Amino acid sequence: MTIDWAVVTMAIPLLAQGALTSLKIAALAGILGLAGGVALGLISLGGPAPARLVVRGYVDFIRGTPLLIQIFIVFFGLPMLGWRPGEFISGVLALSLNSAAYVAEVVRGAVGSVERGQSEAAKSIGMTRGQILVHVLLPQAIRPMTPALTNDLITLVKNTSLLSVISVYELTRSGQAIIASHFVPLEIFALLALYYYVIISCLAYVSRQLERRLPAW
Amino acid sequence: MVSTALHAPAPPLAVPAAPLLSVRSLRKSYGAREILKGISFDLARGETLVLIGPSGSGKTTVLRCLNHLETPSGGEIRLAGESVGGEPGPDGRWRPLGEAALARQRRRFGFVFQRFNLFPHLSALDNVTIGPRRTLGLSRAEAEARAKAQLARVSLAEHMHKRPSQLSGGQQQRVAIARALAMEPELILFDEPTSALDPELVHEVLDVMRGLAREGLTMIVVTHEMRFARQVADRLIVMEDGAIVEEGVPEAIFTDPSDPRTRRFLTHVLDR
Ligand SMILES: Nc1ncnc2c1ncn2[C@@H]1O[C@H](COP(=O)(O)OP(=O)(O)OP(=O)(O)O)[C@@H](O)[C@H]1O
Ligand SMILES: [Mg+2]
Repeated sequence: MTIDWAVVTMAIPLLAQGALTSLKIAALAGILGLAGGVALGLISLGGPAPARLVVRGYVDFIRGTPLLIQIFIVFFGLPMLGWRPGEFISGVLALSLNSAAYVAEVVRGAVGSVERGQSEAAKSIGMTRGQILVHVLLPQAIRPMTPALTNDLITLVKNTSLLSVISVYELTRSGQAIIASHFVPLEIFALLALYYYVIISCLAYVSRQLERRLPAW
Repeated sequence: MVSTALHAPAPPLAVPAAPLLSVRSLRKSYGAREILKGISFDLARGETLVLIGPSGSGKTTVLRCLNHLETPSGGEIRLAGESVGGEPGPDGRWRPLGEAALARQRRRFGFVFQRFNLFPHLSALDNVTIGPRRTLGLSRAEAEARAKAQLARVSLAEHMHKRPSQLSGGQQQRVAIARALAMEPELILFDEPTSALDPELVHEVLDVMRGLAREGLTMIVVTHEMRFARQVADRLIVMEDGAIVEEGVPEAIFTDPSDPRTRRFLTHVLDR
């Protein structure tokens, strides 16, 4: 077999464009997913009982259905609600909603594993549940949460490739476009794999550094 | 005072002041197991009450029920006349306080834990500041001023910027005492404050507590330090198997315990 180097050289900058879009999607969905996930996690730890139930149901639904289906539901569902945000925003939303559920589980696990004496000490100085969560438990949960959150972020980056099915012009989609016009699938898919691998390795490195710098006590 | 006494009808002599804390028939069960079988006692302002008794007799459970870290299964706790944790409604059914109201009541009790339970992510100063700041609504400056004063009171002013992990056990427990003091509680509950400490660090915590007792702080202390109990207790309660078996001034109990179970317990601990 021969490698079509000309196409490869041509594809590298085109794919870089797509990679940038993928990173933008991952960053947006990462931030929204983190914020939403922390909120959901806190509700499931200390919210009123009905709200906890709703969060439980939401998390179960997200974890119990394929992301691909969730993407389609958001993409076709939003217009039914009278909002046509386009495929980029639909995609970011779908990934955020998905990632929030996983983050919520991480938050719940890490906060729940802070030693019981901490809550009791906080209660003994008259703190309420909300104050205990925010001022005592959550800060202590940050470090134990970091590795799991990093994994979630890495999964999120990989999942951005699924948005190609709703025609978001991210990394995978931009590769598919080249394949369609030049028919060099193996070269392009290998190149795509390399792009994802480099991005994810960088992320893993940064998060390891971050973890090391987080205060331990 | 003297002039009122001259003009108003003289109050009847020897009416004891209303107790700060009054506990009646306090019960606690875990499942079918009854851990506290009806505990009753009063505590006057400024009094130091020491609770002793064999392991598993329910001392910790009494303290934890008082500020509702555990919900009692029955009985009544009154702090300055106010029912703690809830109140019987007009129909006689118990109506528990809401979360915020219970938190407000807990601020009136200090609690010092056996294992300190300091917040490891905060400096000693912040450990003491967080209560007044977040729950009493003091400004940062006011809360810090108060915290510094309390840290100085337990002789830790020079360590206030250290994290708990940088402090010895004795220092950590003194921070925990300062944290309780900074809330200006009406009484402080101590649950074996020295039993997690290396022997050579015990005295520094006991010294602080002696000082507090002398200053007239109201406290209930669970301890196995019998010498200390004898020195600081205004009154001693001996518990066994979820009940009070003896109550009185320490001298009387130590020299001439009336209950055989107390005698057995004392010979056991004093032998050690
Ligand atoms: N959460 C709980 N669930 C079930 N049983 C409990 C619980 N907490 C305490 N107990 C039981 O209640 C009894 C009294 O415990 P408590 O800790 O009050 O005793 P104590 O007098 O403080 O003992 P020690 O001197 O060992 O600290 C013990 O038998 C203990 O096993
Ligand atoms: Mg105990």
